Amino acid sequence: MAIEFSLNIGPVKSKRVESDKLYDTLIIGGGPAGLNAALYAKRKGLQVGILTQKVGGQVLDTKIVENYLGHAKITGEELMKEFEEHVKEYDVPISDEIQVTQIECKEYKEIHTARNETYKAKTVIFATGSIPRMLGVPGEKEYNGKGVSYCAICDGSLYQDGIVMVVGGGNAAIGSAIDLSRIAKKVMIVHRSKFRADQILLDRLNEQENIEIYLGTEIKEIIGQSRMTNVTVLDKNTGQVRSIKVEGIFIEIGHVPKTECLKGLVKLDNKGEIIVDANGETSEPGIFAAGDVANVKYKQIIIAAAEGAKAALSATEYINKGKH
Amino acid sequence: MAMIDDNSKKQIKTLFEQLKEQVNVVLVVKEEECETCSDTKTFVTEMTDLNEKLVLEVIDVSDEKAKTLGVTMTPAIILLDKDNKDYGIKFYGIPAGHEINSFIMGLIEVSGAGEVLPDDVIARIEKIDKPVDIKVFITLSCPHCPGAVAKAHKLAFMNKNVNAQMIEANTFNEISTKYNVSGVPKIVINEDTELLGDQPLDAFLNSIEGL
Repeated sequence: MAIEFSLNIGPVKSKRVESDKLYDTLIIGGGPAGLNAALYAKRKGLQVGILTQKVGGQVLDTKIVENYLGHAKITGEELMKEFEEHVKEYDVPISDEIQVTQIECKEYKEIHTARNETYKAKTVIFATGSIPRMLGVPGEKEYNGKGVSYCAICDGSLYQDGIVMVVGGGNAAIGSAIDLSRIAKKVMIVHRSKFRADQILLDRLNEQENIEIYLGTEIKEIIGQSRMTNVTVLDKNTGQVRSIKVEGIFIEIGHVPKTECLKGLVKLDNKGEIIVDANGETSEPGIFAAGDVANVKYKQIIIAAAEGAKAALSATEYINKGKH
Repeated sequence: MAMIDDNSKKQIKTLFEQLKEQVNVVLVVKEEECETCSDTKTFVTEMTDLNEKLVLEVIDVSDEKAKTLGVTMTPAIILLDKDNKDYGIKFYGIPAGHEINSFIMGLIEVSGAGEVLPDDVIARIEKIDKPVDIKVFITLSCPHCPGAVAKAHKLAFMNKNVNAQMIEANTFNEISTKYNVSGVPKIVINEDTELLGDQPLDAFLNSIEGL
């Protein structure tokens, strides 16, 4: 058995953000956008801190990243560890396990958390990212963790020699299907329309002999008993409905923005994403947004990181103009 | 050939500088029918060799001590403090892959150098007055799993009524099937309360308080 190690505890433990201190900018979220915003803000001389549930964000769920310039091939986790270590060099306080419940704009911005703490800042950069989108079909919630999974790298190894299904047509879905094809006996990939993944991934997908592809196919229901056993699908080309026996279903159909704590504070678009201008400003002065939570169309690590930098520079300008 | 590469060893050594007191690491193995015992032994030996505060003892599952520690499956790793106090912290299966992180955190915790929690959380943990058994099912490729394991172990460390075990789902197929594990981390508290995912400490405490 090949044994690998994924050490990701940094040697230096970050200080935590203090609740009685006024910061220039507090960043909510610890993914690429939040970490890069912290780096840029700190280098501009701002008092900055990060409040996050977990450092690393959804990149942690990506097995291999091949499109971050300067890294031909790196695991999502290693990339995020590099980001984190880089930020740590600048002594930025980072509080993890923080769930923000509300942001209030008073004299300063007040950030309230689930543990009833309040943090204060002149500006806030909202970089909370997104969570996996659910299919919204009957049985999906019921069998979550009982065959339904949103994390192929976490749960894939539980399906050795099994038959699994992947739903989705983007890079995440295709990448998961390829990874799973090395573990499972058979992988079926189901997508309601055409694939939109990178051609280089689709070429690799087609090389795998144990992957079956079903395009123009919709998931209707997930059924089972103590755990899931079957998926009901509709072939939109023929109108035929059938039940397919699978042990697990991996849902990779994109993400929905995490904005619940904003509660009408800033304007959102019809997808629920925060509307930002070209400089990362939201509709509320002093509140900036970056990364997958914002209405920047392409959701990529390098874009999220760059948007984080922009938001930090905008926040700096806002503070220097004395607008707070 | 060494199992842990030199670069990782260097990093782990730096992390082990945080260790405060001695930790007595007990590895329970079985001579036959234990596919991963020998790898686990190599791994734990290499880890404990990295700092003199880590003292390893390897025993067979038939040993009386294994029974006293309540070990039911092999390989198992139990972390005892310098006075051989058992906090109910166990790892069933090799804590390699991502789980090396929770193993290191466990060692630091039992050495007395764990992260200090806010006062109100400490008060909630100290109030637990009934027996609580936490099983955290994991896979070695799961980035969210070490967080869940470390939190369960921290609860065990802080309250004698709490026992917490990491269980590697692929090594212990039978028990994983019994608990219907098909997504990790899966947290099972006192047999029938289940949590999915790397839950915050608050969620653990809410479940425990609701027992």
